[in-house]
Amino acid sequence: MGQTRPVRRFWLASLRNPPRTGLQSALGALLAWRRSLKVWMSMKILVPVKRVIDYNVKARVKSDQTGVDLANVKMSMNPFCEIAVEEAVRLKEKGLAEEIIVVSIGPIQAQETIRTALAMGGDRGILVQTDADPEPLEVAKLLKAVALAEGPGLILMGKQAIDGDNNAVGQMLSALLDWPQATFASKVELSGDTVRVTREVDGGLQTLELDLPAVVTADLRLNEPRYASLPNIMKAKKKTIDIKTADDFGGLSGGHLKVLKVTEPAKRVAGVKVESAAELVSKLKTEAGVI
Amino acid sequence: MAVLVVADHDNASLKDNTHKTVTAALALSGDVDVLVAGHGVAGVAAEAAKIAGVRKVLTAQSDALGKQIAEAVAACITPLMAGYDAVLIPATSAGKNFAPRVAALLDVAPISEIIEVVGPSTFVRPIYAGNALETVESSDAKKVITVRATAFKAAGEGGSAAVEPVDAGAGAPKTRFVSDELVKSDRPELAGAKIVVSGGRAMGSAEEFHRVIEPLADKLGAAVGASRAAVDAGYAPNDYQVGQTGKVVAPQLYIAVGISGAIQHLAGMKDSKVIVAINKDADAPIFQVADYGLVADYKIAVPELMAALTDAGH
Repeated sequence: MGQTRPVRRFWLASLRNPPRTGLQSALGALLAWRRSLKVWMSMKILVPVKRVIDYNVKARVKSDQTGVDLANVKMSMNPFCEIAVEEAVRLKEKGLAEEIIVVSIGPIQAQETIRTALAMGGDRGILVQTDADPEPLEVAKLLKAVALAEGPGLILMGKQAIDGDNNAVGQMLSALLDWPQATFASKVELSGDTVRVTREVDGGLQTLELDLPAVVTADLRLNEPRYASLPNIMKAKKKTIDIKTADDFGGLSGGHLKVLKVTEPAKRVAGVKVESAAELVSKLKTEAGVI
Repeated sequence: MAVLVVADHDNASLKDNTHKTVTAALALSGDVDVLVAGHGVAGVAAEAAKIAGVRKVLTAQSDALGKQIAEAVAACITPLMAGYDAVLIPATSAGKNFAPRVAALLDVAPISEIIEVVGPSTFVRPIYAGNALETVESSDAKKVITVRATAFKAAGEGGSAAVEPVDAGAGAPKTRFVSDELVKSDRPELAGAKIVVSGGRAMGSAEEFHRVIEPLADKLGAAVGASRAAVDAGYAPNDYQVGQTGKVVAPQLYIAVGISGAIQHLAGMKDSKVIVAINKDADAPIFQVADYGLVADYKIAVPELMAALTDAGH
C-alpha cells in the first residue's frame, strides 16, 4: 500500500531527471509519459444505468404473487444511476474525462432512460436490448463485455437498483474484470492513473486509492443530480444510441435464481394515540414493557 | 453440508451481527465455521469460538484484511469455499462490499439480505425497499448469501470451538488504503441497539438535532438515528441514516421524533417491536405504523418526555 505505480514513478522520474543513457531509455521514458498522458486525456467513463419503477411510486405486489405490478406505473432512471451520471458529467466538465458512454440493459423503453442520461451530459448510448429480467451475475457479464469493447478508464454506476435491491452488479463487474472497486462513494477524485474514493462505511468514512481502470459505485451523498435543461434535452435527441442485443456481448448466461413467489410484507397496524408524554412513558413501561 | 459465516468485527471486538448470522447458518447446516478476516484478531477469534453451535473458527490476517478491503476479503474467502456449500455474510457495509465479489469469482448468483431461511436452497429477501418479499430458490451448488441480521435472533454463548489460521490470500494489489474517518461514540451501535431515538427534518438544524435527540437517547441508553431528510440537510452524519438506503434497524423500541415517515424511512425501521412517533402533523404517515403516537410539537413533547422518564426512574 502507498507506493507509486511503476508507470507513474517512471514518468515523475523522467521529468525530474531526464534519462541520459542512450536513445533507448529516452524513448522508453517518452512512451511511458505518453501512456500516462493518454490515460488522462482520452479517459472514457462508462456509466451503466437501469430503468426502474419511479422512486416516488409505491410498489404493489400482483395478486397472483408472480411479482410487482409494473403495468401503467411511472418508470424512471434508478436514483443511484442518476448520481453516477451526474458524477461522470462533473468529471468531464473538470476536463478529467473525454467521453461518457451510457449503457443500459433492458427493454426498448430503456432508451428513454439512456436519453435522460444523454440530456444530463452523456455523449452516446448503448442499449443492450432484452425483455428478459437478467440477474446481477448476467448483467455483470454483459457489462464486462461492453467494458472490454469500449475500454473505459472508469466505470461509474449506482450502488444498487431500487427494484431488486441487490447491491451487487458493481462489485461483480469489478471482480470479473479484475479491476479494483470502491463502492458507496461519497467523493471521487480522479488524478492521472488513479482515483481516490471516499466511501460511506458503517461508523463513518473510508478513503481508498485505486489504480485505473476501476469500478466505482455511487452512494446518495456523492452529488445532487442536475435537471436536464430544455436545450440539452433537445441536443440529446441527436446523440447516438446504438441498439444491440445480449448476443452482441456474449449472450445471457442464464439465471441461477428462481423466484418462487413475491408476497406483501405483513402490515403493521396503526396503534393508539396518547395524550401526553406521561401517558406515553406509562404505556411503554407497563403495556409494552420496553423501557 | 458445511457453512462458513464471515464474522463482523472491527479487529478489536466481535459484533452481534455475527451471532445472528450464525443462527441463519445453523438453519442450513449443523457444520458452521466462522471466518475472522482482519488484522490482530486473536481476541475477536476467541469471542467467536464461544458462540454456541460453531464448529471451528478460522483466522486470516493481513493489513488489507484489517481494513476490510473488498478485493482482499474476497481473495481470502474464495479459495476456502472449496470446503463449504454456502457462505453467510452479515449485510453490513463491509459485507455488502465483498460478498458479490466472492459470488462473481465463484460464478454463482449472490442472494442479498435474506430475512428467512425457508429450506436448504430457498430464502426470503425484501425487494422494492421492503414493499415486497421475494422467495427465491438458488440452483447454485455453492451459495453466497448476505444476511439481514435484524431478522434473526442472536446465537447464544457457551461454545468452545478450536481456532486455526488460514491463508490471507492475495490481498488487494490495485487498491491502497488512504484513511479512515470513524465517528467515535459511547452510545450503542445503531444496527444492534435495543432502543433507537431518531430525529427528522423538523429539527431544522444540526444544533437542534444535537440538543433534542441526543439527550433523549442518552437518557434511554439508546442509539441515535436520523431520517434521510435530516442527513441530507446536514443535521446528522450519514451513518445515522435509517432507511432503505441507510441502516435497517429492528430494536425493541424505536422513537421517531419529527419524522414524517417517508416510504424509504419506514423500510428501515418498520420491523421494530414497538414504534413511537412524535409529530405535530396528525396526518403524518409515520402514525400509520406507530404503536404509540403523540401528536405534539417535539419542542414541547421531548422535554415533557424527559421529565416523565425522570419521574419514572430513568
